[in-house]
Amino acid sequence: MRLVLHVWRQKSPEEAGAMVSYRLKEISPDMSFLEMLDILNEQLLAEEKDPVAFDHDCREGICGMCSLVINGQAHGPQSGTTTCQLHMRSFKDGDEIYIEPFRAKAFPVIRDLVTNRSSFDRIIQAGGFVSVRTGGVPDGNALPIPKTAADLAMDFAACIGCGACVAACKNASAMLFVSAKVSQLALLPQGKVERERRVLAMVGQMDQEGFGHCSNTFECEAVCPKEISVSSIARLNREYTRAALLERPSSSPTSSE
Amino acid sequence: MKLDAKIPSGALEQKWSSHKFAMKLVSPANKRKYKVIVVGTGLAGASAAATLAELGYQVEVFCYQDSPRRAHSIAAQGGINAAKNYQNDGDSTFRLFYDTIKGGDFRAREANVYRLAEVSAAIIDQAVAQGVPFAREYGGLLANRSFGGAQVSRTFYARGQTGQQLLLGAYSALSRQIGLGSIRMHTRSEMLDLVVIDGLARGIITRDLVSGVIDSWAADAVVLATGGYGNAFFLSTNAVGCNVTAAFRAYKKGAGFANPCYTQIHPTCIPVSGEHQSKLTLMSESLRNDARVWVPKQKGDKRRPEEIPENERDYYLERKYPSFGNLAPRDIASRSAKEVCDEGRGVGESALGVYLDFGEAISRLGEAKITERYANLFQMYERITADNPYHTPMRIYPAVHYTMGGLWVDYNLQSTIPGLHVIGEANFSDHGANRLGASALMQGLADGYFILPYTLAHYLASQRLDKITSDHPAFAIAKAEVSKRLKRLLSSKGKRSPRSFHRELGMLLWEHCGMARHHQGLSRALAKIPELREEFWHNLHISGDASSFNQQLEHAGRVADFLEFGELMCRDALLREESCGGHFRSEYQTPEGEALRHDETFAHVAVWEHQGEGKAPLRHQEELVFSAVQLSTRSYK
Amino acid sequence: MSFLSRTVNSSVGCKTLMAVSGLALVGFIVAHLAGNLLVFAGPTALNAYAKGLRSYLPLLWALRIGLITAFILHIYAGIRLSRRAQQARPQAYVKRKTQVTTGAAQTMILSGLLLLFFALYHLAHLTFRLTHPQFAALGEFDVYAMLIASFQSPWTSGFYILSIATLMLHLNHGMASFFQTLGLDSRRHASLLFMAGPVFSTLLAAGFIAIPLSIFLGLIA
Repeated sequence: MRLVLHVWRQKSPEEAGAMVSYRLKEISPDMSFLEMLDILNEQLLAEEKDPVAFDHDCREGICGMCSLVINGQAHGPQSGTTTCQLHMRSFKDGDEIYIEPFRAKAFPVIRDLVTNRSSFDRIIQAGGFVSVRTGGVPDGNALPIPKTAADLAMDFAACIGCGACVAACKNASAMLFVSAKVSQLALLPQGKVERERRVLAMVGQMDQEGFGHCSNTFECEAVCPKEISVSSIARLNREYTRAALLERPSSSPTSSE
Repeated sequence: MKLDAKIPSGALEQKWSSHKFAMKLVSPANKRKYKVIVVGTGLAGASAAATLAELGYQVEVFCYQDSPRRAHSIAAQGGINAAKNYQNDGDSTFRLFYDTIKGGDFRAREANVYRLAEVSAAIIDQAVAQGVPFAREYGGLLANRSFGGAQVSRTFYARGQTGQQLLLGAYSALSRQIGLGSIRMHTRSEMLDLVVIDGLARGIITRDLVSGVIDSWAADAVVLATGGYGNAFFLSTNAVGCNVTAAFRAYKKGAGFANPCYTQIHPTCIPVSGEHQSKLTLMSESLRNDARVWVPKQKGDKRRPEEIPENERDYYLERKYPSFGNLAPRDIASRSAKEVCDEGRGVGESALGVYLDFGEAISRLGEAKITERYANLFQMYERITADNPYHTPMRIYPAVHYTMGGLWVDYNLQSTIPGLHVIGEANFSDHGANRLGASALMQGLADGYFILPYTLAHYLASQRLDKITSDHPAFAIAKAEVSKRLKRLLSSKGKRSPRSFHRELGMLLWEHCGMARHHQGLSRALAKIPELREEFWHNLHISGDASSFNQQLEHAGRVADFLEFGELMCRDALLREESCGGHFRSEYQTPEGEALRHDETFAHVAVWEHQGEGKAPLRHQEELVFSAVQLSTRSYK
Repeated sequence: MSFLSRTVNSSVGCKTLMAVSGLALVGFIVAHLAGNLLVFAGPTALNAYAKGLRSYLPLLWALRIGLITAFILHIYAGIRLSRRAQQARPQAYVKRKTQVTTGAAQTMILSGLLLLFFALYHLAHLTFRLTHPQFAALGEFDVYAMLIASFQSPWTSGFYILSIATLMLHLNHGMASFFQTLGLDSRRHASLLFMAGPVFSTLLAAGFIAIPLSIFLGLIA
């Protein structure tokens, strides 16, 4: 296949970026999208040009490091698929492909297509956990958990933290990411102990990072490579309202231990 | 190099508990005075860092990814073993120990493996408490599945994403400590050297991958949890960024490297589709629970699988190993696949593939049941190959997956450099010459949650540690070396990319040091690798500079280390004149083509000591003593 | 942090405020429509209803204040959230392709502003009677005559019909969104609740549009 790529190039967070066009030939439909970019970079290197920086690691759709907005869609045209699992057979000979980074204030560009998504980590640090220390926990079977609850919790736990939900949202909202973790832990008895504190702290951090709000357009669900349902967002809303109503002035959400 | 494994005396069952009592403790008030560096945030690193911080130590954690949650443990699919005997099918600590020792072809240390089996049950409890959504039965209790190399069901799982869920559990514990300020997390940071002062590991040198800044970090102990070296082969199931650099730098600073030739070739991966391939994708071993492996009986049979009648199919694993059948251990399943392909019975365009057929299971259990068990794996397969495994059998072929070798450690998980502890896949300790499925997650978490926190305290309490900061001249020297090396990489104005060198090295290793090895092939590789390395340093071409985000430079540095490490692998493979587990030397096989061990001469760990640039490394031996198990020929027939 | 400040300051709280105030406005609209439909029962019924409304002054003012508060909160939440959303993506995409966003969802701010303008005109028209000088000749509670006089004009009828269509668009997304925001969504009810938006807003719009249309077409005189 022959392709024309329009790729966002940006040297550093401070400098302005722009789209630059490249032509590629002899792309095999069996290549993954990132392997196609590997070929582009080999070509650029041979032409003494700077290769395109892009994030990737496991290349099997689970680490969440790859990103990219391809032709206006986060992780490209195939649903339920990360960029690294997207194959060139989804494109046609002669196609023009626009490749941009995930764009959000909370995901500043580091270089070209690489962004800093550590805001997600800070949201988890604010409350996305069960406060147990190593050791001293009960036997794994001490607490029976209904299969349906465990299965639903697993649906939400499948989130890979890639940030496509933010990239696709018109408000650059992180609600799907945050709600997936809140829902997973709210569904399990282990997580119920801290449910109020968790949801307040995580939403607080999410706002502080500069993500937008949820407008219920559900673009996030449509691009999510793990197809996380927006019912998690409804659950977060419910958890949040409940927690805000139950909150006592003394229970500070940020201090633990 | 002195190799004292420090195995506690006493009966096998008592060793760990008596050792826990014998080890020194650090009082709560003193813990916060110690600083520990943890490199790597996979299962081992994240669990160790979180646990150490919970105990009160100051912890500095480093990973090369943009988030600690992305370490490659996340990709483990099938499950985690634990001797819970929840199924009432005769499991026990001793049975898990025995299966692991036997699975490793009697090339692992008894005491370590027993301890691993002993703490395995606590890992499940810990993960459940963290909110890991393991699969459950309708009664609400935990479910199990069976896995290769065992005749009991002891594998706990979370769909096909067990590694992800366990890692997110450890990551949540780590995140909690970061939030509390007891861990300082450094992402996008790569360790480029170890700093040894007065014979003790006292810090590391890192490069900030975003700004390019070279930094020094001093501590009282260093923990490496940097994973395996499977990417020496270029194509493997590892993440593209996985590398040997941290472990190899430690080796160069005096840490012994054990059994580098022990690599695991996983039998069920998606076959290579072309030259552009950048990585191989694993299809979980758990699929073998319900799938049957076969090839046509006829050589060069080009019919579609559906068109080949039952009596013209060779279910070769069931035929050769009737009692384990399709669940034969990984090394055996891989080698059998290679055999049938070598005979010309391989399938697919490249003829390097065998069928993994769910037809029988789908008609027996129904499509819904299969979907429930493997939906994500089937989907992943279809994405990559455009074939639908519900209708046509999967094509699979073995690929490099895990490395059992690693930095040598004693019973306390300490390397030959005091103060340098190595955990998870980065050490060599528990899997011998072959790892059983669902045991890597177990080992990583056992090391991190339940072993290292004890043994590290013992080191800190018994070792005199002078106050050292990164102003110590040793840091400046190490920093200068690192900068010099980066400059050298950038100054080579050649024609070839790091990727092209990496690929060439990988092909060479796969050819000569892969599933089957031979004296001549290994000798050839040992002659070729230095030539390739020579060319690398003269004909490398990368762009950009060292003071900014530069992925080509990162890759080049990793390839440079692989080019030296690959030689060590081949050297180790050449000198181990026997076949054991994943190390199959075609000269040493039984008449039926099974691995032939030489226990009289090779029941030992080979440990390599660096002798300086350009000099051949020295091979040491740690003899393996077996008291609880009888060395036998591994049979899965 | 208090419940109030969480409601006002957090994105989720602010969105809840938006949903609850929206619901109050929808409640008003339903009641308003129910009253208006009396136009089909003839001048006596409608005018009696209008007069009756004004005879319980405390109740009227309580409703008015509630309505104005809901209006203000709804607008406040809308402005605050959309400003925040603008800041959340400082650099726009060169190419963007949405997959499931409805036109209604995309234009909530625009339709909201149009409705605000309509509401002001509607007040000036029928409450303060500033737009049509000929109303001065009519009695205080002859709402029926005012409607007939106004909607015989194609301009006024057209404007009202367009405005009601805008309201339908706004509620189309707003009603469905309301359930999701208040967390009433669940796997089981999701599709049912999502039908609420289109079905409810269509019924409402049909009711409202029937009035100017019937007058304009001379079905009521």
